[in-house]
Amino acid sequence: MNGTINIMKRELTGYFATPVAYVFLIIFLVMTGIFAFYLGNFYERGFADLDPFFRFHPWLYLFLVPAISMRLWAEERRSGTIELLLTLPLTIHQAVLGKFLAAWLFIGLALVLTLPMWITVNYLGSPDNGVILAAYLGSWLMAGGFLAIGSCMSALTRNQVVAFVLSIVVCFMFLLSGLPMVMNLFNGWAPQIVLDGIASLSFLQHFADITKGVIDLRDLVYFALVIGFWLLANVLILEVKKAD
Amino acid sequence: MIEAKSLCKSYGIFKAVDDLSFTVQAGQVLGFLGPNGAGKSTTMKMLTGFLTPTSGTALINGIDVVENPVAARKNIGYLPEGAPSYGEMTVQQFLIFVARARLIDARSVPDSVEKVIKKLNLTKVKHQAIETLSKGFKRRVGLAQAIIHDPQILILDEPTDGLDPNQKREVRGLIRAMAKDKIIIISTHILEEVAAVCNRVMIIANGRLLADDSPQGLIARSRYHNAVSLVVEKPEKVASALSELPQVGKVEIREGELTLFPTGEKGLLEAVTAAVSANQWQVSALRLEAGRLDEVFHSITRAEAST
Repeated sequence: MNGTINIMKRELTGYFATPVAYVFLIIFLVMTGIFAFYLGNFYERGFADLDPFFRFHPWLYLFLVPAISMRLWAEERRSGTIELLLTLPLTIHQAVLGKFLAAWLFIGLALVLTLPMWITVNYLGSPDNGVILAAYLGSWLMAGGFLAIGSCMSALTRNQVVAFVLSIVVCFMFLLSGLPMVMNLFNGWAPQIVLDGIASLSFLQHFADITKGVIDLRDLVYFALVIGFWLLANVLILEVKKAD
Repeated sequence: MIEAKSLCKSYGIFKAVDDLSFTVQAGQVLGFLGPNGAGKSTTMKMLTGFLTPTSGTALINGIDVVENPVAARKNIGYLPEGAPSYGEMTVQQFLIFVARARLIDARSVPDSVEKVIKKLNLTKVKHQAIETLSKGFKRRVGLAQAIIHDPQILILDEPTDGLDPNQKREVRGLIRAMAKDKIIIISTHILEEVAAVCNRVMIIANGRLLADDSPQGLIARSRYHNAVSLVVEKPEKVASALSELPQVGKVEIREGELTLFPTGEKGLLEAVTAAVSANQWQVSALRLEAGRLDEVFHSITRAEAST
């Protein structure tokens, strides 16, 4: 546990020692603002809720989360520090978890910095704050899912650009798996159980459920499983190919 | 104690390390010597549990590094090749991170960090980001993280690579000072380094152990061992006169310097000095050769390459 926390702290220090953290936070805040006000018609629609704000989070994460996760392991490989890290008296599990938690907390911080949106909507009307809280939780969980995928892809290569592109592709597939354009490919020939399976993998569907304000155990379990699965794959990849 | 048991590492059909077995006891400073790509770094990576051996294993103070890597690593300080470190961190931040990771008791972390910073003369740069430091400082930061927990076993992959002569001297002094009751393994391709810090040398080429000896023992294998070299006027004339002596075997003249190789008989130096004074030759230099490590290294590793 101490090992995990130590690595997490080191990673967080690393974020703020470079412009990465500041650039990311500013871009994230500007983009969420633009999406909510211009594309989401935050004012014009006349409802006191944050739906136009949360609605674009999956699409924002699709590009911004891989930008955070791409360096997690690729950078360690490129600079050779992976050899230092993995010869410390730590398990690979601790290293993977520590790095993941640091990045996840960092995205959590970005979300916390959007609180002025929530204050604004409370000033303008009386929204259902329970729904908003649930949506924040759902958004953070979904970010964790994207991040676990990105961390795993980053462990595959020493090239950050490759890690970035691979992460976007895999995240995109998870994002879209419930939409008609994907389901139509399978409709008519695949058995119902496969269709249900594919549809239930969709980030969008589970995120939409949570943003409605219904925190269903199944949605929480879903994101926990996604994160667990990809982090485990991450550990296995590192165990199999540490050195090259 | 380190016990390597038939360590092998192959990549496809290429054997990077081929059936390497050896034991290292406390108090030994072992130098891995070999050409580039000989398998020195690969062996070190297996000893530290970074690479899993294709077959074989190593015991670190009795703990199997394949079965129980985390426990085995607690006894080891390791400087990987190229001394990698997190460039965006300051020297102090980095060393605190490593100290914590190496399970130094939380209260003693600041003390150990301060001590190691002093020991390696890093005080001036401790608040600087590592990526802004010169190569020499970076290497010293790497050494600092390896010794911060005062490990019983130190494995240093090319510890003096990229340092200037003064810094090399410092680092060698540091290694010698720590050598008592520790196990230190260093890899190098600098021959003088072996003679300067090691009391045992293993020559490795193509993943195989070719020689395991003390530096003195290796030097004694040189054909120059106990030969006598002299610089003299008219070397050809002197050479033919000296080759009459029973102690003188082969005679070589290179760039005006005459080298006399010994036969089995003792007293080559005495016989030569006696002949010099008897004939009143004008000698400007005369010395007894200890042996040449580069020549031994060359003949051992070349013999391997041609088989």
